[in-house]
Amino acid sequence: MSELLEIENLDVDFVTRRGTIHAAKNVSITVTAGEVLGLVGESGAGKSTIGNAVIDLLEPPGQVSAGSIRFNGEELRGKTDDQMRHIRGDRIGMIFQDPQTSLNPLLRIGEQLTETIRKTKGVSQSVALANAEELLESVGISEARARLKSYPHQFSGGMRQRVVIALALAGDPDLIIADEPTTALDVSVQAQILDLIRGLCKSRNLGVIIVTHDIGVIANIADRVAVMFRGNIVETGDVGQILGNPQHEYTKSLIAAVPRPDKRLHRFNSVDYIDGTAGGDSALNRIDINSHWLGRKSQLQQTATMQSKEVSAIAVKDLSIAFKLQGAILKRNRRMLQAVDQVSFAIASGESFGLVGESGSGKSTVARLIAGLLTPDSGSVELVGTNVLGKQKDPQIKAARLNLQMIFQDPYSSLNGRLRVLDIVAEPIRFYKQSDNEKHTRQLVYDLLEHVGLGKDAALRYPHEFSGGQRQRISIARALASRPRILICDEPTSALDVSIQAQILNLLKDLQDELGLTLLFISHDLPVIRQMCDRVAVMRNGAICEIAATEELFNNPQHEYSKHLLGLMPRMDVIG
Amino acid sequence: MLAYILRRLGQSVLVMAAVSLISFSLFNFVGDPVNNMVGQEATREDRVRIRQELGLDDPIFIQYFRFVSNAVKGEFGLSYRVRRPVDVLIKERLPATLELVAVSAVIALVVGICAGVYTGIRRDGWLSKTILSTSLVGVSLPTFIIGIGLIYLFAVTLRWLPSSGRAGVVELGWWKTSFLTVDGWRSIILPALTLSLFQLTMVLRLVRSEMLEVMQTDYIKFARARGLSERSINFVHALKNTLVPVITIIGINIGGLIAFSVITETVFQWPGTGLMFIQAVDFADVPIMAAYLCFVALVFVVVNLIVDLLYVTIDPRIRIAGR
Amino acid sequence: MLAPLIAPFDPFDPAQISLWDGKLAPAWVDGGQPQYLLGTDNQGRDMLSTILYGGRLSILVGLAAVALGMVLGVTLGVLSGYFGGVTDAIIMRIADVQLTIPGILLAILINGIGRTLLPLEMREEFAIWVVIIAIGLTDWPQFARVARGATLVESQKEYVQAARVIGLPQRLIILRHVLPNTLRPVLVIATIGLALAIISEATLSFLGQGIPPTTPSLGTLIRVGNEFLFSGLWWITFFPAIALVVLVFAVNLLGDWMRDALNPKLR
Repeated sequence: MSELLEIENLDVDFVTRRGTIHAAKNVSITVTAGEVLGLVGESGAGKSTIGNAVIDLLEPPGQVSAGSIRFNGEELRGKTDDQMRHIRGDRIGMIFQDPQTSLNPLLRIGEQLTETIRKTKGVSQSVALANAEELLESVGISEARARLKSYPHQFSGGMRQRVVIALALAGDPDLIIADEPTTALDVSVQAQILDLIRGLCKSRNLGVIIVTHDIGVIANIADRVAVMFRGNIVETGDVGQILGNPQHEYTKSLIAAVPRPDKRLHRFNSVDYIDGTAGGDSALNRIDINSHWLGRKSQLQQTATMQSKEVSAIAVKDLSIAFKLQGAILKRNRRMLQAVDQVSFAIASGESFGLVGESGSGKSTVARLIAGLLTPDSGSVELVGTNVLGKQKDPQIKAARLNLQMIFQDPYSSLNGRLRVLDIVAEPIRFYKQSDNEKHTRQLVYDLLEHVGLGKDAALRYPHEFSGGQRQRISIARALASRPRILICDEPTSALDVSIQAQILNLLKDLQDELGLTLLFISHDLPVIRQMCDRVAVMRNGAICEIAATEELFNNPQHEYSKHLLGLMPRMDVIG
Repeated sequence: MLAYILRRLGQSVLVMAAVSLISFSLFNFVGDPVNNMVGQEATREDRVRIRQELGLDDPIFIQYFRFVSNAVKGEFGLSYRVRRPVDVLIKERLPATLELVAVSAVIALVVGICAGVYTGIRRDGWLSKTILSTSLVGVSLPTFIIGIGLIYLFAVTLRWLPSSGRAGVVELGWWKTSFLTVDGWRSIILPALTLSLFQLTMVLRLVRSEMLEVMQTDYIKFARARGLSERSINFVHALKNTLVPVITIIGINIGGLIAFSVITETVFQWPGTGLMFIQAVDFADVPIMAAYLCFVALVFVVVNLIVDLLYVTIDPRIRIAGR
Repeated sequence: MLAPLIAPFDPFDPAQISLWDGKLAPAWVDGGQPQYLLGTDNQGRDMLSTILYGGRLSILVGLAAVALGMVLGVTLGVLSGYFGGVTDAIIMRIADVQLTIPGILLAILINGIGRTLLPLEMREEFAIWVVIIAIGLTDWPQFARVARGATLVESQKEYVQAARVIGLPQRLIILRHVLPNTLRPVLVIATIGLALAIISEATLSFLGQGIPPTTPSLGTLIRVGNEFLFSGLWWITFFPAIALVVLVFAVNLLGDWMRDALNPKLR
């Protein structure tokens, strides 16, 4: 079988004023027709660069500096712009990550499709229209003829990605390069799109390159896998071999960091291959919780009711809130979204409680309601036995609120870029005068930073000098500085690479053990929930479908929706 | 979509109400209207009588209501200085200003958009760079300096064009136009050029930066990846998306042109409403000031309403969402 | 700022001015005298010195007007963006109404009213302050809009929410977290605003509505010179105009540079 695409010893450089960055070094991969090649790596590994290099659309100043790219035996390097234009779309199709932005918002789907078809095949408008209709049907869009007249914003995310795929197929290409095609989509849609791509690959005998950071995607779709790390391909092989029996150290640690959907592990092991600065937890001077400030209770917090075990750390009853989608003067004309609908649950002290659901299910809104960032329309929120709705100036409510802290999703916007890390972490200590003097405050900040796995040198630097994982550690240190009893984690790792995610999850587990924290852990990622939580609530459209002990839910889900969600989890049985 | 238009219409009415309130308060702010009407020699009884005749003793909201109902009919009373009805004065001078603004707007938009698109596409060409550096000088040139410069060059030194006034006017009913004679065109060309230059550079810079922004988007990248021709990418995909924000600017642009017509008309002694306004400010001629204010706001509101409607036709997202 | 030190003459000292030296051409032109490098104006003041003093005045008026507009606009904009609701609606509606009337017109109007309200004998003395207030009041909606936009973006960010969860009072959150992060776009607007304020002042003065000829700004000088343009006394207009353009150009360059330097994407 001859190779469809052969990349040999490819180097891609980005020449900048600060020096040359080698985005890809000595990369060699091959793709045959009818085969899906997974190109996997973490952010910055250079995997997207390869795809762009093939179709000669590298962002300047990127350039291919060495190696060869042969397509159907024909060398693509050195082709003119005009020649490349007849390869792009006609023979190599491209699918990008975000269907929201990939389509021109001002042109109808039909116009975008027929334009591409006419360009690639040189047919008349009426033939192109018929063609476009067939294409939409082949990517699973019903009533294709009517849909041709729609604008992109009238489609849901998954449907748009289907349209994008139709556009990529418009010229009957032999090779499709899909760059993170499902990252922006919900789990259920993700599975459908992956099935569609795999189906098209087999039925049309296409070669497909899937560029992704997600091992789950690879496990579901790829025939072969190439693993990239810092511009190099470290390992290539069949999907079963790479996932089940990885050879390279990096691949091993990458696989180990993937949360297992099938069983709960106490911790993630050996995941410190990449981030040398904040990895080996054992090497750090951790503080002794029993004697340290962090382990003592704050005078300000309301503690009396915490003595009895019966009181829940968080108790939520019939919580509801609706958001206004569209304002109108008349009440009946207003469109409301019931974001949270009659939600009730209780979390015992020291428990780790998970809230899982797809985007738009209202899980983050629940977190914000509990944290006091939003006020509910109805229902009650109790923290350590005190109802915290009502006048926020009430000293009892204030004291109860001090038991709670929150970790946010986006490590880039959750820290104020204008303040030094010292001032960020010290803010609650200073505001509530929890230290004896400024020197003591600094010492406390240093201790906290070391405890979360950063050196104390971090204190005098600014947030933008840190990576995403390190920033999330700073966020955790800031939360600990209030000496909370309850920690709400709102998708704390969904913006992070999988190996960093494993480190942060390990850290949260350790802190919970040491400090006896109550954890409300919010995630869309079922495997992560399984690793982190004792009990889980499944949310859909603002309401809770099912609350169960984690192992029970995974082994024997009761609600239809829980079963559906669990069914969408990537099959990872290949991992040994 | 009807709701959207109605909402915009409601906002416009609100704006006009606010502006009329400001204009109305001018009468009470700036001097005593009776003093402005009568001479020094008027007796006390005269004054009281005039006050009553003018309704100045009525409650303030009744006075305001009367002002608005008159203003809607276009009546703003007598000018303090020339003692003639304000609406007649404005009607006399309006064609001059509108023709000046129209010619300037055409120059600013046509040249500005073309040059903006060009510099947006050919980012690194020498012509683009020249246009760009010139445009930075352009935004640094105050309108009156451009005017003086053009007068000195074309009227004083070269003696090609007249330096001031409005010649070659032809009457079409009450509308006096300068578009029908060579002399008319000769006299409008310098003021129009002066007025358009600043707006032209603003339009140019905006179109360019929008174009650059659109060129960075994913859908342009995706269009490239499909192998579409450069021409289709630039003029079908990019330009249409660039137009959306540019249309907003046209609204502001017309407003700016009217505002700066005050200056241009002063420099060129162009007999339009702007010159009338400046003279009114000099003599605290409140009826003219109030009328002019309402007129400018009205033009602005109407232009913006048209812009909103244009938006709806260009951007399907508003069309559907606002249904 | 250094005008009093550099300038060869003091244009406000009657002892150094003689009408006999009026309307002299620049030093290198026939009829010029070497001690008046750029010639003299109709009252016999040295052009170079007058321009230096006038430029200083233009900058000071511009700075003061922008500062006024910025303080007013940023305060209202941040409050509007942070609290939303009725506060936001009222403030932004006022700004919208004001934006329907083009800036320079409004400045002329406010300036005109301000002058009428002052008693005659104080008009000259307070003319500069009236101009500053007129331009400053015209400026604020731009600042309010930008500050409001930035505040809306910032206050949705998670660091502000984190500060709220910590339990910091709103006053502290606004001052310590929100405000510093909105200043970047505001500063860019401020430099463009400065250029526009200098132009506005010059325009007002040129129209005879601004600063009186006794303490001339660049705009006043150009106005005075314009009357002599047809009699061939080009230098009375030309040099102040060049000075004004160079000044505004420099401020605009500064603005361009700041926009790039403060743009996080380009760093």
